[in-house]
Amino acid sequence: MDRAREGDWVEVEVKLLDPADRSTNLPPETAEKPLMMWVKGFAEGGAVLGEELTIATITGRRVSGALSAVNPGYYITYGRPVPELTHVGRDLRAQLAAYRAAEAGGAAPAGPSDEAPAEGGER
Amino acid sequence: MATRFDAIMARRGEIMRRALGMDYSEFEISPVAFDYERMMGAHGYSLDDIVAIQRRAGVGDTPLLELRNLTDLVRSVSAPGNGARIFVKDEAANLAGAFKDRRAGVSIHVAREKGYEGVIAATSGNYGAAVASQAARNGLKCIIVQETFDSRHVGQPEIVEKGRVCEAYGAEVVQLTVGPELFFHMVELLDATGYFAASLYSSFGVSGIETLGLEIAREMERLTGAPPTHVVVTHAGGGNTTGTARGLRRAGASGTEIVSASVDLSGLHMASDDDFNRKSFTTGHTGFGVPFATWPDRADVPRNAARPLRYIDRYLTVTQGEVFYMTEAMAKLEGLERGPAGNTAMTAAVSLARDLPRDATVVVQETEYTGAGKHHWSQLNFAREMGVEVRAGDPADNVPGKAIVIPERLEQIRARDFDLARMRRSYVRNALRNAPEGYEPTPADIEFLAADTNSDREAVEATLAALKEA
Repeated sequence: MDRAREGDWVEVEVKLLDPADRSTNLPPETAEKPLMMWVKGFAEGGAVLGEELTIATITGRRVSGALSAVNPGYYITYGRPVPELTHVGRDLRAQLAAYRAAEAGGAAPAGPSDEAPAEGGER
Repeated sequence: MATRFDAIMARRGEIMRRALGMDYSEFEISPVAFDYERMMGAHGYSLDDIVAIQRRAGVGDTPLLELRNLTDLVRSVSAPGNGARIFVKDEAANLAGAFKDRRAGVSIHVAREKGYEGVIAATSGNYGAAVASQAARNGLKCIIVQETFDSRHVGQPEIVEKGRVCEAYGAEVVQLTVGPELFFHMVELLDATGYFAASLYSSFGVSGIETLGLEIAREMERLTGAPPTHVVVTHAGGGNTTGTARGLRRAGASGTEIVSASVDLSGLHMASDDDFNRKSFTTGHTGFGVPFATWPDRADVPRNAARPLRYIDRYLTVTQGEVFYMTEAMAKLEGLERGPAGNTAMTAAVSLARDLPRDATVVVQETEYTGAGKHHWSQLNFAREMGVEVRAGDPADNVPGKAIVIPERLEQIRARDFDLARMRRSYVRNALRNAPEGYEPTPADIEFLAADTNSDREAVEATLAALKEA
């Protein structure tokens, strides 16, 4: 979708501050960049991506900027399980079971697949 | 030539006075001191009033759970006789998923009572969701201003998720690139809209957290017959520590030790475009925890209601890798899949409980919701994409922004004490730096500085003398 029609839910991009107008005491990698802003709202006219457009935000404010997205989505994910963490549950449950067995005076359980009891034992 | 930035900041005092509906000048005593307790009580609500406001808002009265599996695991690595009982206050059960609802519940109630049409908050965290949710319930318009992206328009996943949830509650979300001028734009928006400033640091918001301390004291009395010996608080801007500690005191739990905990992000600059997406934590870290404790009045209100040095007994830091390990462990061991904020305190609690006797009781006072973007897997996968090394090993080798080292075993988790005496000295130095040049502190100022740093006249005078010499 590279074209917005009047009434579409869109996002505009606005340059809020040029580097020269930014706060003092910024680290150089920040100071040399403009302060940019993105806001969503209903298009008040038609535009193609990059074209200037005025929107009415959900609170009714009017903001003008370059059309940056039409009906923008959310693409955050969980991603894959993290290999450095996949063993944590197995290992800790085994450690807990071994501790409780030792506290109870019994032998340590045979393997890591043993489930820990749901409630705490003697303390 | 005055820039747009300078022009709005010159009118900041006047704009904030209108937007907060409160004139802070009436609490000022001198260029250094102000009447903190008078400011905290100026809203006129009793603790019971606040409880009632929060009940109507769907906030508070969250479950307090004993973590028996975690306690036994800690005992399995403790010296004989050690291993305190660990409890958690499941604040994720609040309406919008975090203790921040307690702050927002009161702030938004005040905004509606005072007749504002809408509210604005500058926050990249759970507070935005809380404000948006409460604004929705109260029929108020809501604008949340977030620092979301680096200059390449790459969003920090946790903050992108926060933007999504704010929009889900009907808020307008203004998303910015990295920089402290977020505050400037918030003031600009307050000026343009006439909305209420739902600051994280107002007395309304911080008073709202007192009920959390109150509930913990009462619940622990019921469960164990006494208030907790220790409460561990994830510490960022200081409101959580301040409000919880005040609530515990108001409930009579004056002997409870207040332990604040932050993720160590030393070496990363909070205003750096390069570091922004290499932090892996958006709150509960030393990048907020230290500067806000040592100079609370850097906040968006004239006087910050969050003054953590008054209340902190001990400040512990933990590493990124340790918190991600504990976040995974909490889901697998206790059936609590929660976000990183509360698990920062949880990580410190594991280390603390290990060194305490078995009859000690440690309460971790919050959890927060998790989900795509906020989840520890999201953060670790994102860190790898940003070029941060993620590996298993000794958490002592963790280097913020460069290497996240995930412990291989629970016993590798060891929190480190941050030097509170140094923080107190730093606070006194900042208080003087922000007074007019050459200002001589009066005896009343010294008394105020001692109270504000939970130290004494001698300690403050020693710091002042050292400053004069330098």
